[in-house]
Amino acid sequence: MMRRFDQCRTFRSSAWVALLALATLAGCKRNAIPVPGLKATTAGTAIVESSGGHQIGATGTALQDPLVVQVNDDQGTAVPGALVEFHGPAGVSFDPAAMLTDSSGQATTSVTLGAIAGRYQLSAVTPGKSRPVTLEIVETALGYQQRLGSILADKYCNRCHDPESSPERVSNYDNLEVKPHPFTEGNTLNKMSDADLTSIIQHGGPALNRSALMPAYGNTLSVADVRALIAYTRAVADPPYQPAGMVYARK
Amino acid sequence: MRKYLSSAWQALFGDPVRAFGVVSLGLLLALAIAPAKEHFSQWHGYQRRYLTLIRDRGDAVSLRRRFQPGIHQIWLPELGVVDRCTTCHLGLNEASLADVNQQPFRKHPAIPHSLDGFGCVICHGGQGAATTVAEAHHSERDGEEPILPARYIESGCGQCHQNALPGTPQLNLGRRMLTRYGCVHCHAITLPDGAKVAATDHPPSLAHIADKTTREWIYTWLKDPQAYAASTTMPDYKLSDTDASDISSYLVSTSTPQAGDTATAGTKSAAQTDPAAGPSLYGESFCSSCHAVQNAAGNLVGGDVGPELTRIGNKVKPEWLAAWLQNPRIYDATTPMPHYRFTAQQITILTGYLQGKSDSDYGANVHLDAANANQIAHGRKRIVELGCAACHEINGVQKPENFAPELSSIGSKPLAQIVFLPGMEHTLPSYIVAKIRQPRAFGASVKMPQFTMTNSQTDALTTALLSLTSRSRSMPDNLRVAAIQETNYQPAGHAGKLINELACFSCHRINGRGSEMAPDLTWEGSSVQRQWLTDFLHNPNTLRPSLIRRMPRFNLSESDNKELTDYILAVYQSPAIDPELAPTATNSPEIVEHGRQLFYSKYACQACHIADTKTDKGYIGPTLTQVGSRLTAAWVYAWLRNPQALRPGTAEPNQNLSDDDARALTAFLMSLKGPGGRRVKP
Repeated sequence: MMRRFDQCRTFRSSAWVALLALATLAGCKRNAIPVPGLKATTAGTAIVESSGGHQIGATGTALQDPLVVQVNDDQGTAVPGALVEFHGPAGVSFDPAAMLTDSSGQATTSVTLGAIAGRYQLSAVTPGKSRPVTLEIVETALGYQQRLGSILADKYCNRCHDPESSPERVSNYDNLEVKPHPFTEGNTLNKMSDADLTSIIQHGGPALNRSALMPAYGNTLSVADVRALIAYTRAVADPPYQPAGMVYARK
Repeated sequence: MRKYLSSAWQALFGDPVRAFGVVSLGLLLALAIAPAKEHFSQWHGYQRRYLTLIRDRGDAVSLRRRFQPGIHQIWLPELGVVDRCTTCHLGLNEASLADVNQQPFRKHPAIPHSLDGFGCVICHGGQGAATTVAEAHHSERDGEEPILPARYIESGCGQCHQNALPGTPQLNLGRRMLTRYGCVHCHAITLPDGAKVAATDHPPSLAHIADKTTREWIYTWLKDPQAYAASTTMPDYKLSDTDASDISSYLVSTSTPQAGDTATAGTKSAAQTDPAAGPSLYGESFCSSCHAVQNAAGNLVGGDVGPELTRIGNKVKPEWLAAWLQNPRIYDATTPMPHYRFTAQQITILTGYLQGKSDSDYGANVHLDAANANQIAHGRKRIVELGCAACHEINGVQKPENFAPELSSIGSKPLAQIVFLPGMEHTLPSYIVAKIRQPRAFGASVKMPQFTMTNSQTDALTTALLSLTSRSRSMPDNLRVAAIQETNYQPAGHAGKLINELACFSCHRINGRGSEMAPDLTWEGSSVQRQWLTDFLHNPNTLRPSLIRRMPRFNLSESDNKELTDYILAVYQSPAIDPELAPTATNSPEIVEHGRQLFYSKYACQACHIADTKTDKGYIGPTLTQVGSRLTAAWVYAWLRNPQALRPGTAEPNQNLSDDDARALTAFLMSLKGPGGRRVKP
């Protein structure tokens, strides 16, 4: 990548302008230009997500499961051989970034998220019959602190807070008289301040007049651990967490 | 042309005053070059953009006050850090810029270290002293390393932290793989503190291989180990048919028979037994705690301590298997497999069951002719060339020393020493990844075999290798956090022999030695009551129903059981637990009732534990219905006061109980004696 950039630098300014114009043109017509080597035989009119959305990974790493989308026609039947392109913000890479749907009308790609923690809005585009059809997919990348939180949550919290069971970990959620809030439950947790969450983790449910089934972890987890747990719940909240804070108005 | 020049000369320097003016102007322009160069420099542009960014924010005044124009530098002589990154990355420490997504002004994500104390390049790589983006981030000149891709960022932590940090799962996995996949059998790795990285896999000795399996199986295995067992750590050497045939002939021809290696008794009657007996004995013995088997859906189910058993029937000879199940230590004195003390009938059942785990297609078309002396000699030559003896004990071949390049400083390998493949990115991480993925792509003469790893495993291994930098060797000792070294603790006497035979260390940790699969037994003697321990060793009933991996049942004799119980109770005592200070095991009904109320109301222990099977459902901690007959009062009391002090890292929270509460709870728990949560009134 940089190699090419270095060579570009020796260009004259006129070349720069031409390049810029070309790039802009290419950017505008991005969806229309066919990818070399991929010839779509058919086109669908709808694109839906099969699996691989709403995953949580670490920054800069590949998501665990591939992203699978399916192209359908008007009747909702799968369309094989249709072109699908994947796009994402800077730093996200797809392997492959463009492909034809397979015999079951599906396109599968592996996604590597960027180096910045947060939610990534990705899109899968298929040319369609008359105009391009786009599907939006959201994936989440966790930074160091958030991932530490997710590891701590796995060890201390998810046995009760996550209703899903796996062969390695049977959930205790159903056994509890008062149901805990899953960490993704943004509708409830987003309303609680960091201070509230800190005190409920450190001093247990009764600290906020909630169930004693939530024990106090203040003597077990360090302050940094508690902060990491909160950062994690904020990162995975659905709907997304909007931090309260100063509002910056233009003068 | 000449006329034009002379008229220009006239116009500029025609008379002295004009000439003076022109020269002055020229001088002025020359003087302006230096400030102009700085003004138009890249970092200056970023600083101007930063000022524009903060101008309209609510806390513009304080942000502006903390902003210092000019080149910034973090200089840490003892770490060799000269970082000017903060010249452009101006918002790294500004908490109020958390919402800014525009680089280079983002706030640095929260990490446990201060940026000023460690600088940037220690973790991120790149050229800290550079003041342009291209040179700082992307320079490849003269072997300079470009910035480290974010997915290997944990390698930075590993330079100082030799221990496993909770926040670096990728690095921890990579380090485990270095030892688990046997990398260190061939590549020596010495850590900065002088400790050598030791392998944790257990490559079997091949000295008596002919007792165990056939030459045809060895041949098929060598051709493609993963076809036999998808989860094996044995790599694929991409051997030719001749090589595989000759190596198998050498191994079989030099194999020496081991006395007691084969058992003939009972193997024939396997067919007469109940077909359900095999699976049920396999299940009861918890073989799957260590061994995996591929299920119908193609998923591996079971542990990875021992080899995968999906096609074990294709591999082992029945008489060897029977002898192995009888006592695995005859064939391999250091095997992690316990000596189960199966009865003859159990061995028959289990042998028959395991022999049935086979795939009729596997190796079906392999017919090897008897090898001549030349072929056997060629097999030996290939074994020496490929370094098979670096992992396996092989008769007639010495274990090679330093068989492959040492990797102690691989994370700082100069790019000038690397031969890159055409089309490859010229960076160290991409070289390491390519080398792990396809070593033979670097030339047909490369001996390194083909490993089967997922992308995330490759990334983890690369992260662990990148952490082995020369900086990690040169940094001051006080920055280094040492790894917890495995001790060579060896229990003494007959009980010590029993502990070895039962391979307790394969699952349990005692005094810093052993695996962490099952509870640490270092203080077990303070913890449990004699009768319970005796009963448990006879028939381990499960304490945690939700666990898949459980304690197997060994057919211990009365005297062995007593020997082991005595030893555990006498030796594995915690000095922190004083039976004198602890509450007595029997208490007044009032205090028991008080403890019961604390259990159910104040501390809501039923969230995780079951004290009464009728009402409680908690599934996380051990069931407590008979804890009063299992644990000692002193241990329960000490545990309630501070669980982590007795077992570091345990998930039970330290509730900071008052002495009174702890005593009342202990009284309640000690009253839970019988099955079904029936409380025994004192």
